[in-house]
Parts: sequence; structure tokens; C-alpha cells
Amino acid sequence: MSTVQRNMSLTGEPPKTINTQQKLASAIGLIGLALLFLALFNLNFPNKTLWLSTSLGMIAVGIIWFSIAAYQNKHEGIKNDGVYFKSLSSRGFWAWVLGITVTLFYVVLYWFPQYLGLVKDGDNKAIVALFDPLSKLLNGGPASQWFVYGTLYTLAILAFGIKFILKYRHNKYEKLRTFSVMFFQLGFAFLIPELMQRLNSDSFKLPYYDLKNIWPLNYYNFEQYRVDEFISAGDIGLGLLIFGVVSIFVITPILTYKYGKRWYCSWVCGCGGLAETAGDPFRHLSDKRQVAWKVERWVIHSVLVFVVLMTTAVVHSYLGDDSSKYWLTKDVFLICVATLLTLVFTGVWIFKREELQKDARIGSIAYLVIILSLVGLHFATGKTLFLFNAETLRQSYGFLIGAVFSGVIGVGFYPIFGSRVWCRFGCPMAAILGFQQRLFSRFRITTNGGQCISCGNCSTYCEMGIDVRAYAQKGENIVRSSCVGCGICSAVCPRGVLKLENGPLEKRIDSNEILLGNDVDLMNYVNK
Amino acid sequence: MEHIVIIGNGIAGITAARHIRKLSDKKVTIISAETDHFFSRTALMYVYMGHMRWRDIEPYESWFWKKNRLELKKAYVETVDTNNKTLHFKEGGSITYDKLIIATGSTTNTFGWEGLELNGVQGLVSKQDLENLEKNAPNNKECPRAVIVGGGLIGVEMAEMLRTRKIEVTMLVRESAFWAGTLPKPEAEMISSHVISHGVDLRHNAELDKILGDDKGNVRAIVTKDGEEIPCCVVGITTGVKPQISFLKNSKIETDKGILVNRKLETNIENVYAIGDCAQQREPIGNRPPIEAVWYTGRMMGEALAQTICGKPFEYNPGNWFNSAKFFDIEYQTYGWVFSESKLKDYEAQFHWKCASDLRCVTISCNKNSNEFLGINTFGIRMKHEVFDKWLNEKRSVDYVIENLKQANFDPEFFKNYEKEIQTAYANQTISV
Repeated sequence: MSTVQRNMSLTGEPPKTINTQQKLASAIGLIGLALLFLALFNLNFPNKTLWLSTSLGMIAVGIIWFSIAAYQNKHEGIKNDGVYFKSLSSRGFWAWVLGITVTLFYVVLYWFPQYLGLVKDGDNKAIVALFDPLSKLLNGGPASQWFVYGTLYTLAILAFGIKFILKYRHNKYEKLRTFSVMFFQLGFAFLIPELMQRLNSDSFKLPYYDLKNIWPLNYYNFEQYRVDEFISAGDIGLGLLIFGVVSIFVITPILTYKYGKRWYCSWVCGCGGLAETAGDPFRHLSDKRQVAWKVERWVIHSVLVFVVLMTTAVVHSYLGDDSSKYWLTKDVFLICVATLLTLVFTGVWIFKREELQKDARIGSIAYLVIILSLVGLHFATGKTLFLFNAETLRQSYGFLIGAVFSGVIGVGFYPIFGSRVWCRFGCPMAAILGFQQRLFSRFRITTNGGQCISCGNCSTYCEMGIDVRAYAQKGENIVRSSCVGCGICSAVCPRGVLKLENGPLEKRIDSNEILLGNDVDLMNYVNK
Repeated sequence: MEHIVIIGNGIAGITAARHIRKLSDKKVTIISAETDHFFSRTALMYVYMGHMRWRDIEPYESWFWKKNRLELKKAYVETVDTNNKTLHFKEGGSITYDKLIIATGSTTNTFGWEGLELNGVQGLVSKQDLENLEKNAPNNKECPRAVIVGGGLIGVEMAEMLRTRKIEVTMLVRESAFWAGTLPKPEAEMISSHVISHGVDLRHNAELDKILGDDKGNVRAIVTKDGEEIPCCVVGITTGVKPQISFLKNSKIETDKGILVNRKLETNIENVYAIGDCAQQREPIGNRPPIEAVWYTGRMMGEALAQTICGKPFEYNPGNWFNSAKFFDIEYQTYGWVFSESKLKDYEAQFHWKCASDLRCVTISCNKNSNEFLGINTFGIRMKHEVFDKWLNEKRSVDYVIENLKQANFDPEFFKNYEKEIQTAYANQTISV
């Protein structure tokens, strides 16, 4: 097959060029980006406010104009022409250039912020200094590398969000979903934390953060310094701390039951927001092979176990021993964690055992045994919890998962591995939501009788690498942990076969050997 | 172990093979001269359009065949010797079978026009056709204009493909509106204007007279029956398909236009069966044509035959008719029977509704004497197969269908609903035939 593939792209010279307006728009956007680069090399702009506005404005205008020029003269409908002919969207030269550039940016951002101009004690330089005016406007203080990152990230979601809306302007589900991620990014992830920071003074310190960033995605939410800050900030702080706990244990399960994990992953989440907007041109690059699915299941659940262990160890490390001072002691906490995990495990094992595949059964037993024996070992020997130092665990998680996986690989490799690598293989939040979505949620993708023609558009454009076609051609509903409910499979289906729906749990997954449309007797005989 | 040999690795043959494997341990060999692996024929267009790569239109990964012990052989069957139960390959060699399933599908149907042998004249049925189109029409410099002869489902696909490379397309359609031999007039007209809006030079009431070549044997132009000469580099022949059965001409298997089969899909020779596009029912089933060249019917025949082969005889007894297609941006689904003007049954009455956008329309067909719902065509609004299948089985009245139309809606969440508009239009119509 591969030889044919090569022939096709060599003999053919399909149109992949962009029109004049798009070229001009690209130039404007790139000049805006170049201004940031100049700042990087410490070119001292006289009027930072003006230059920053010009730069960000040009980037935004460039992207939006490019999108208008790309779609304005086209009919409403699917716009995937030439996706596999364009270098940028088919792992060609420009894809690698972009991937390497973004990866380098992340490396500098995480580990060498001084090259961006961050100065710990004193005035910022270079690019960070360029953002100082905006930072001062919003939070009252100078910028940090994270402020620069947050601003660019938000700009990307907003500008590419407009592009996505134009691209899918015939599809109201896609439009609403994109408005939603744009809103949550701008409001919750960007503006609110900056404004919260303003409330802080020498006498009052409240953690300012993205409120929708829920543990375990926000893996540091329950660390000592934060919990201390929450508690010392009085009622508001306590409220936020309780909100953090309620988010994962109450709000999330209810919404996921009703709507599936999409309410978070493709409507609210910032990682998802970037993937759905700036990452959209790369969605088809996700690996659809069954082996990738196997790897996915082991890796993502291992990350989940890692984050649970790490958080338990960290919280355990700062709790006290004396129950007369505070009811939640080290021991009570550990017993709570062990009980919760055992309850979840037992519940699933009793009620949903039939739905677990062999490797899921092995994996869940193995992980439960590991966690419980670590806890048991701790009580029996009184040694350091989990054999590791809590701080070491925290640091390794932060480095490996928080930085390398979610940032460098997750975003840097968009043009190579597709836009949802982090969400699919790494995100522990997605693992929890997915676990519930698979076993206890009203959400499913329904297939329309016998109408599937196995064309493969759904699988190709699934950013999570789900082989949607494998289900659709069997007339089976798609109920997969990893599905983020982006709705693109349904949009690109040329025969109207797929629909995202919330419905009753009964008959949620129905597979048919014989599809609708054939002999009624034959269907009754075979499908039973 | 019984050896089942299947000629053809399309949807019919592969469905039969998969089901035989599920039901039994028989040895199964699938022979194809076209490709190594099964692919979705209906998705050929997306490869040329750059939506997918070749391997994306293959529904199963390459390990699937080995895992399920389905042996694949790439060869062209030249003769079928039913006396000795042996197939002979063009490449040399042979294979014997205990039971033979012929599922060779279709090939492009032509009408003996002058110039068919020229380079650049092609259909769009096989993988080779796709490769030819890539060669003949790589871009609009090498191929500024193409002419498509025939306005059906393959024709509109080909037009859409060529337009993605900004190649000018002229389409010669015999009827006065697009696919009007199958679609009711208002629908055909809507599709015509949509096709035109995509920059296609659509000629109604136009037919091909002959194809002209240059001295190198390449297409230079075509001439219409009106005598107009249209220069072009590619001529797409999309005037339907016909069963691909030429390799059977010296065999004892009885054929007409296709391979003649009874309801059990058996040919005149014992242990030889035919399914899919290449099969022709001796007696047509209901309103269905004797040869059904449709993805879904190929699959259904494969499902039924697998049972028969594995010892539980089932006739091919399809349920309610259904089909689907996409005309550029407009999706089409049909359930039950809705006939075009020329084929309208004398008992049939139709209700038409068209959206102001001219991108959506619905035709509902009923028996004018009993008011029984007979079928629906829906354009631009997705509807549920299951619901219409049920209503057809329950012989619901057309009023019931209109009243409950919302139940059948399958559009994505938050899409605008048109049921009210349709119901109002239905209530206000003066019943016409």
C-alpha cells in the first residue's frame, strides 16, 4: 500500500496553495510573532504597551483574516479538502518545523525561563518585560513566564476558536462548544485568576488559580502551601478548598453521568480547548491502530495511579498525628483513601464486571493490590509512606507528567502525533471521567441502523484515535472511555450515521451481527 | 475441512467471509485482482480529495485477516471450471473449492460511444480507476476541464472530486434535472442548483455523441448530440454500472446481465453462489430491481448467504428498502419507496416540503387510497433508520408519520428543527397527486 501512496502524492500535484488574502494574513500574523521574537533577543521596545498590543493584535488579525479568507467563499460544510496533501497537516517539512519550534518553546518555558527574560529579583527583561504592562493592568504586578504563556495560550484559543467556528459554521453543536471553551479560557483560566491576584496583599493571601482546573489535572491543588493559604484566607479560602474537593467528588460525577466527559473535555477544559482550536488541523494524526489503544489504556491509568499515590503521600506528609487537635490525622486520611478506593473497586467489580475487558480486570486488581499493600506496609512497619519521600514523588510527577507529558509532548508534538496526545494517554482527569463515562453515564454515540458505508471519515478525524468505524459498521453504539464528545465524527459522516446523545443506561451498548434493513427473521435469529 | 472460495473482496464477499468465520471453522480463501485488502469502495473519492489516505479507507487493519484465518490471494480468475471445482488464474496456477461464492461486483457501464478506448476516458469504480484519475487529472494545469457523462451518484462524486482540484467540470445529464430518473422533480431540481452552485457546468437534456482524440491517443474533446464540441482532457463515464462477469462467459454458470440466482443466492450450478452487484435475481423482489448495485444490499446478501453456507439456509429476503448518498454538501437518505415522476406508481401520492435555504427538502410518499405511508426521501435532515423501518412494518398512515416526524430526527444536538414547518406545510397543502 505504501508504494501506491507515494505514487499518488508524486504524480498528483493537488492544490495545496493558499490564496492571496491568506498569504497577506499569514504575513501579518508572522510579523506579529516576529515582534515577540525581537523582544526575545532583548530588543528594548520604547513603548511596551504599544508594541505588545501591536504584536498580539497582528497575530490575532492574521489568524482571523486567514480563516475568513479560507472559508468565506466556500459552502457551509466539511472542509477537509487536501488535508493529507498539505505539508503542515500531513507530517511534512512544515509540520516538523512547527513541532520542533513549539517543543523548544516549552523547554525554555519550563526549565530556562531566564532566557525569556524572567528576572526573579528586579525588573524583567526581554519578552517577559514586554508583557509587564498587561500584567500590571490585570493583576497589578510584573509579568512572569507563566503570564506570557497564559496570554499566548488564551490568544491561541480565541483566534483559532474563531477559525474553527468559521470552519464548522453549519454545525451548531460545534459552534456552541467552541464558544464555551473560548469563554472558559478567557474568563476562568485567564482573567479571573489575574483579578483574584489583585485581592492579595501582605495581610491576605489567597491562592489564585483557574477554578475549573480540577484535581487531578490540577495535581498541586492539595499541597501543603496551598491548603495553608486556603485555610488562612478565611471563609473564601475555605470555600475554595471545599469547592476543590466537591468538584471532583460531587460535581464531576453528576455532570459526567448526565452528559459524559464531554462537558469537561471539549466544553470547559483548557487543554481540550487548545486541542480543539489551535490543534484542530492536526486531529487526524492520532494513531488509530488497536495497539495504540492498548498502550493508551495502560499509560493513562498508570498516570492516574501515580497521581493518587503522589497526592496521598503529599497530603499525608503534612497532616498531624494528634486527633485531639484535628480530626483528620495521618491515619484517618490513609484509611479514608483505602476505603474509598476499595469501595469504588468493589462496586465496579460487582455491578460492571461484565463490561471490563481482560486487561482492565488484571490492571485494576494489580493496582488496587499495590496501593493497599503500600498502605498496609506503612501501618505494619511505620516506615515512610509508599517507600518514597512525598516530596520526591511530587517533584517527579511535576516534571514527568506536569511538564514533559502535558506540555512538551502534549502540545509540542501536535503536528506529529495529533492534538490530543496528552488527553488520550496522560491526563488523569480524563482517566477518571472516562472510567465513569464507560461504566456509568447516559452519554453514547448512536449509530443509525444499517446506514454505515465503512468509509472511515469518522475514524480518521477522531482526535482520540478511536476507530469509530469499527463500531458504526457493526451498528454498535460507541461507548468509549476516551471519547471527549467533540462531535466531529458525526459532522464528517457523509451518510448521517452518528449522533452524540444522552439517554437511558439500558441497551446503551447494543451490537448487532446483522444490521437493520435485512431480513427480519434473519436478524431475530442471529441477533437474538 | 470444507474449502470456501470467494472471488471478490468487496463488501459482499468480505461480509460473507466474516460471517462464515464467526459461524464455522471452514477454510476460507478470498481472491481479488484489485487490491490486497478490503477497502470501502464508496470512499474512493476521499483519497483523491485528500481527506484520507488509502489505508484509512481500509476498514480492517492488516492483522485482521491472519487473526481470523481468512486467506487472501491476489490473482485474476480467468476461468471457472465447475466440473472439477477449479479456478484457473490468469497469472498461472489454480485453486480448488468445495463451495464457490462469486462476489465480483460491478464495472463501468458504457454505451458503445466512439472514442471509449482513448486515454483519459474512465469510470470511477475500482482502485485502478482512482489511480487513473490521479494520473489523468492531477491538477488544473494538466487537466483544465473534464466532462462527466451521466448524472448519478458516481457522477456527482466525480464532479466533487475534480472541483476540489479546481478543475472545470462539464456534466452531461440526459434528464431535465439531476438524477431525475430516480428522484422526484422538486428534489432533482434542488440538487441541480446545488451542483451548479459548486461551479459545475451542468447541462440538462444533454447526451454524449462521441469522444475525440488527438494523435497521441489522448482525449481532446467530446461532441454532444446537439453537435457542440467541448474540449477536455478527461471523460468520466458515470452512466451506471453493470455486473463484472466477463470471466464467466465460457463457464456453465448461467448468466443474463448478471449471474442468475434464486432467492437462496444459488446459481444453476450446485455449490456455486453469487452475491452483491454481480448477482441478478431470477424474479425481482418487491419493487427492487433484479440487480441491486448498492453497498447495503451487497452486505445483506453476504449476511444471508453465510448462514446458508454454514448449514442454516436463509433466503435473501431484504427488509424495507433504504439507501443514502451525499451530493456535495447535501446528505440524502431514503427509507421505503419514493418514485420519480417517470416511475410513479398509480397508487402513489407525494407530499413535498422544501426549506427556504434550498438546501433541505423532504418528500413523503403514500398510498392515495389507503393513506398508508410508503416511503420518505430526506435531504439535509438526518433521520432515523430504525424509526422508519418500524413505521413501514407497522403500515402507519402518512398522517401518523407527519405527526410524529420529530421522533425520527437524527440531526446533531442543537440543530434547528424543521418538523413544525413540515407539519404546517402538510396541513396547508391541497391534496394533489
